[in-house]
Amino acid sequence: MRALQAASSEATFDSARMHLARQGQWRPMPLIRDPRLRWGLALAVALYLVLALGSVGVNWARVAEGASRGLNFIAAFAQPDFLTRQRDILNGLLESLTMTLTSTVLGVLLAIPVGLGAARNIAPLPIYLICRGIIAVSRTFQEIIIAILFVVMFGFGPLAGMLTLAFATIGFMAKLLAEDIEDVSWKQVEAIRATGAGWWQTMNHAIQPQVMPRLIGLSVYRLDINFRESAVIGIVGAGGIGATLNTSISRYEYDTSAAILLIIIAIVLLCEYASSYVRRWTQ
Amino acid sequence: MPVSTSPQGQPVWRLRTRRAEWLRFMAWLVGLCLIVLCWRVISDNTMWVFVEDAGRQGSDLLARMVPPKWGYAERLWQPMWDTLNIATLGTALGIVMAFPVAFLAARNTTPHSLVRSAALGVIVASRSINSLIWAMLLVTILGPGVLAGIIAIALRSIGFVGKLLYEAIEEIHPTPVEAITATGASRLQVMNYGVLPQVLPAFAGISVYRWDINIRESTVLGLVGAGGIGLQLNASINTLAWDQVSVIFIMIFATVLVSEWISARVRHAII
Repeated sequence: MRALQAASSEATFDSARMHLARQGQWRPMPLIRDPRLRWGLALAVALYLVLALGSVGVNWARVAEGASRGLNFIAAFAQPDFLTRQRDILNGLLESLTMTLTSTVLGVLLAIPVGLGAARNIAPLPIYLICRGIIAVSRTFQEIIIAILFVVMFGFGPLAGMLTLAFATIGFMAKLLAEDIEDVSWKQVEAIRATGAGWWQTMNHAIQPQVMPRLIGLSVYRLDINFRESAVIGIVGAGGIGATLNTSISRYEYDTSAAILLIIIAIVLLCEYASSYVRRWTQ
Repeated sequence: MPVSTSPQGQPVWRLRTRRAEWLRFMAWLVGLCLIVLCWRVISDNTMWVFVEDAGRQGSDLLARMVPPKWGYAERLWQPMWDTLNIATLGTALGIVMAFPVAFLAARNTTPHSLVRSAALGVIVASRSINSLIWAMLLVTILGPGVLAGIIAIALRSIGFVGKLLYEAIEEIHPTPVEAITATGASRLQVMNYGVLPQVLPAFAGISVYRWDINIRESTVLGLVGAGGIGLQLNASINTLAWDQVSVIFIMIFATVLVSEWISARVRHAII
């Protein structure tokens, strides 16, 4: 009955629209058909905006005071200073890059067994649940939160940063790898099994060739993400270029921070080109 | 076909040719050396004395966290509301700014190739820099508070939404655009009636997806003073009140799960 009513109201709506259109008053279709829902949603959004904007307390005096600093910062981008803190920048960059590489390798190596375990078509249920749990925990918490805990455990320095990034890589890679394995063509697995292959041989000759191109592409992509994240976790003491950046910003040395930001952007751009090249090459 | 001959003169099947095997071996060798070198750098910069008692520190930390101080949760509702506002208003602001940038960056809607490279530059710059770094900068400029967080989230969202949206615009079907152009429509009308309806579902999906990511990111912005629940997290860590930290972690975990669920439902409904 409900559906019938809805259909008839839709029909009257359409015919009214067509009638208007014949008189030369065409209007595009509204995005949400039901007018009650449409206006209700608009009202809810407006109400939320009023409430939210009302609770944002802005200290305008402080903003005005900082405006000159903002201009300084923008001016610094025109004249970045690479040289004064050259040694600190280079050290931070070296630490970041080494952290990125080792953490990606370690993370991918650990993600492969977790990913195999989290694929429902090749793993038994208990292992599947454990591996999915690992993935959920690793994906929910921001890298920086993990970094805080690891810095407390392992002390300041790049080791904590490396372990943080490796931990985050596990969740990311294992989830995508598991989804990929769940999508493999089962014919090849059956063909290899029919030759009498064991579990290792099946994995190596039936599953691995099917997921390898995407695994390589994703690893390179993750390398890129890990570099970007390595610039952040330095804030809580996990080493890398982030520590240098943090110091330069809190000392208001905007020309040095601009230089560091430009270097980060350049490296990310380079990584992106490299990863698109690698992905084209593997596929 | 890669075949080698056994000493008895029988052909043996191999997966790869000998040349390919050597190349692979060399690549592995170089890669391994690089990783060992990188590990050296890290190990030189690490104080191993601290690492040795990591297990003890970890269990100590866990013991301090374990009965979470549930009473503390009452004081977290206001920061949580701030966090939601930072994410939502930041996403909205970011979308408003990303929308024109995406149209300027798409190959088929850009007015000029120079404009296109400028728009692509904006997208790359915004994508490369994490919202925490933006927040750190904005806190020194605007002062600590929710406003810095909102703008930081918005600046980071421009790149993400802009990139995905301009890719969607480049993949649209050209026939509706041609049809609208053939009626003598102006450039803006072509955008409005030919391009926009085709990318609107993708746009809505991208926005909700980014909102979900932003909720996650806004929970930690307070670590650098940009408002939200991160401020409480920072304060609790600084006073070593680990039983409060665990309450905050549980709240963050729950919020992220709920926002992920909402985002998945909405995207499912749209697409």
